Amino acid sequence: MTTTAVRYETVIGLEVHAQLLTESKMFCACPSPSMHSSPNSTVCPVCLGMPGVLPVINRRAVELTIMTGLALNCRIPGEAKFDRKNYHYPDLMKGYQISQYDLPLCRDGWLDIDIEGKTQRIGITRVHLEEDTARSQHMTTQVGESYSLIDVNRSGLPLMEIVSEPDLRSAEEARAYLTKLRQVLRYVGASRANMEQGNMRCEPNVSIRPLGESSFGAKVELKNINSLRHAYDAIKFEVGRQTKVIESGGRIVQETRGWREDIKQSVAQRSKEFADDYRYFPEPDLPIMMVERAWVDEIRSRMPELPNVRQRRFSERYGLSEYDARVLTESRSRADFFEATVALVTGEKGPRAKSVANWLNGDFARLLNADGVEIQDSCVKPAALAELLDLVDSGAISGTTAKDVFGEMFKTGRLPAEIVKESNLSRLDSSDEILDATARVIEESPKAVADYKSGKETAIKFLVGQVMRETKGRASPDIVLKHLREKLG
Amino acid sequence: MPDSLNYLTLSEASDLLRGREASSVDLTRAAFERINALDDRIHAFLRLTDEIALEQALAADERIARGEAGPLTGIPAAIKDVIVTKGVETTCGSRILKGFVPPYDAQVMERLHEAGVVMLGKTNMDEFAMGSSGENSAFGPTANPWALDRVPGGSSSGSAAAVASGMAYYALGSDTGGSIRQPASLSGVVGLKPTYGRVSRYGLVAFASSLDQIGPFARSVRDAALVFEAIAGHDARDSTSAPVEVPDISAALASADLKGLRVGVPMEYFVEGMDDAVRQAVTGAINQLASLGAEVDWEVSLPSTGHALAVYYIIAPSEASANLARYDGVKYGYAYTEGKTMWEDMEKTRQHGFGDEVKRRIMLGTYALSAGYYDAYYLKAQKVRTLIRLEFDAAFEKYDVLVAPVSPTPAFRIGEKTGDPLQMYLSDVCTLPVNIAGLPGISLPCGFATAEDGARLPIGLQMITKPFDEATLFRAAYAYEQSTSWYRERPSV
Repeated sequence: MTTTAVRYETVIGLEVHAQLLTESKMFCACPSPSMHSSPNSTVCPVCLGMPGVLPVINRRAVELTIMTGLALNCRIPGEAKFDRKNYHYPDLMKGYQISQYDLPLCRDGWLDIDIEGKTQRIGITRVHLEEDTARSQHMTTQVGESYSLIDVNRSGLPLMEIVSEPDLRSAEEARAYLTKLRQVLRYVGASRANMEQGNMRCEPNVSIRPLGESSFGAKVELKNINSLRHAYDAIKFEVGRQTKVIESGGRIVQETRGWREDIKQSVAQRSKEFADDYRYFPEPDLPIMMVERAWVDEIRSRMPELPNVRQRRFSERYGLSEYDARVLTESRSRADFFEATVALVTGEKGPRAKSVANWLNGDFARLLNADGVEIQDSCVKPAALAELLDLVDSGAISGTTAKDVFGEMFKTGRLPAEIVKESNLSRLDSSDEILDATARVIEESPKAVADYKSGKETAIKFLVGQVMRETKGRASPDIVLKHLREKLG
Repeated sequence: MPDSLNYLTLSEASDLLRGREASSVDLTRAAFERINALDDRIHAFLRLTDEIALEQALAADERIARGEAGPLTGIPAAIKDVIVTKGVETTCGSRILKGFVPPYDAQVMERLHEAGVVMLGKTNMDEFAMGSSGENSAFGPTANPWALDRVPGGSSSGSAAAVASGMAYYALGSDTGGSIRQPASLSGVVGLKPTYGRVSRYGLVAFASSLDQIGPFARSVRDAALVFEAIAGHDARDSTSAPVEVPDISAALASADLKGLRVGVPMEYFVEGMDDAVRQAVTGAINQLASLGAEVDWEVSLPSTGHALAVYYIIAPSEASANLARYDGVKYGYAYTEGKTMWEDMEKTRQHGFGDEVKRRIMLGTYALSAGYYDAYYLKAQKVRTLIRLEFDAAFEKYDVLVAPVSPTPAFRIGEKTGDPLQMYLSDVCTLPVNIAGLPGISLPCGFATAEDGARLPIGLQMITKPFDEATLFRAAYAYEQSTSWYRERPSV
């Protein structure tokens, strides 16, 4: 008789919180704080939870949630309501959080992710709206006394929770899901969705079960995840930990574990053997929301084109490669930049689109990455890039020159024609200068000349390069080659 | 100027001001004289705002001189301490809010400031409006001006007593299960609970959000109507406030004739154990309505009435358990700071900061909302609440006004019911259904009972209409009031 080692399957569901990009808070008129707001500066009696205050729903936050729900292929029920979720914590100003319990704004959707070239459909259980809490900061004095500070700026910011079905089967899939979701949130303009800045947070629920088993194992909720990489590392670690526990005859305890980036491990926070009782009940200060069809249709009509659709259109309409189309549509602002530029360049759109794509995915992307700048914040605008491409296209400057000019545009925001004119970079039309340079190079490179004459064809490439250097790239390599061959016979 | 200004009605005082026979400063000084002479014994006020009041009185006199005065301009008033007042300590009768000075005004205070209020001070109350006698105040009970060893009713005990004893011309209270009407009845003044959604709750410290409503105490129906007009109306900061026009009440107060008014008397409100004097006074008042031309049906049945108490004591404590969660000593008010941990500080703050009745209701509500009990308690209570509403809806198809007692008994002795919470809860059995259905209700004097010790104790008559029909409520109440002299009776204190 032989025993086969049991193989395990990973089951992951993700709860993602995203702060919405609204001008004011969820239930009061306080402006949403910026990263630079000083602590407790954007607060009022309502978000401080003072006695006697009442919430008023931010309509824009509801719209953004519905828009996200539509982007995630959700159903938008005709009625939604807010509920109170009760628990005590010093950063929860009212002692309860206004959230949504059994009637969320959006439910039963899905999101397609690409994993190893295959498309996988991940179920979305629900998308609901709630308010964020204040932020606690735990401090220690020099003599070792601990104390906490509370910044109420964050209290009452609109927070959307997106709950997935337990459809994810690996850390890789979870990462792909988070990446895709982040992209969608940014596309619809719902959230900055930046995990490092805390405006997108995720809590993976991880369990394992023997392959083929249909019931779920005890799940562990992972907290304190501040980046996509943390999410990936934490899930990987947790799956390994659970496998080890089970294989050594142990039992998984349903609990919350916190990810410790310093030691790259998850550590137990609190047992959830007895589920928390949040004593949800309908928020009596807010009437039920009647979500009318006409309103949902109107929101739908304002939806931007979503990344998958746009990628397909880019491939078809502009004849771009799958790679180019995907990279260009990664962010809405890059895709917008691309289309704006293509619309501005003169001449045939097809070949032009390809060169715009090359610029965006090449030099431009590299410079943006190096400076950590988003394309919409760059001082290079579509009109300027189009102008540069026109200069190359008309033969006014060479491709090499264009790269230098772009570097200058990127730094200073000046227009390409201006830079070219000022630095005398336009392509050499007269042959005199090229002829002079060719003569100089032949004179200074006897070895290469000899090599060429003895039949070593590659030596001429070196000589062309030298002439290009002499002319600071303003000469056309074809013309240089022609001159060289003529001179060397 | 009359000998005593204190017991004028608001309307009479307003006429004096506009006729320049007295100034707002005169009224204000007289009010504080009365308070200083009496309040040691009555304890209607938790704190006086004399400096603010005199400033407001001076400003009101200037406004009157400019001819820009409204009916409330320059009239001294008392504000229940559950209503938030900017810059003036607001405690809700609780130790846990000791020292809390709000940075903002309740919407009703903004409206009263526009109307030219003179604020005398903040009135005593059952802690967080939980109680029917005023005895649950953390700062000591209020006495009934008609019999100082008796309660004035609650929870708006101080507001009722201040108006009944001639300290204030009107007062604001709040009514969650009867907290305006019951003390108005026991103290012999007029008390109105407007329709839920009629007056903004912004700045009313929440007890039970789906039941709470602010309303006035006054010495006549006309006075109550004037205050109602000043504070009623839609407020965008309260999402449960109704965008409904406030009717012109003066038209409702034009006629003393009730011809064609359909009056229903719900039998279930004449509960077992009801005091005979109350039954007689209320019956007499209903006969009086008939003699004024109303068509009275004595046999209306609202069979779900008996469940109202149970429904109320599920819903109100449930909402309260969440509303009172914010008092943890971290942000304002009383804070216990000797604990070893943050959690111990928060727990001890609540343990020492809340009184017994408040803790009892927080526990009741927490229990009712707990997993496994929610369906059996909270959800079921909401369903019965709907039934009660539907019964009222059906009744108002046939009747314009329902008439009933306010309280089964007149004022009881201080300490008489404090040992038995259930007995105390029964005080509100006739008023709770009105909150549960969100209806407007008024209590107005309709007679007296004589206690065994000879004390004369006021009895109130309750009138109820369909939502947002305060105009009919005032019409019926005014006609009845004007046909009697009960509202002219004053305690001898």
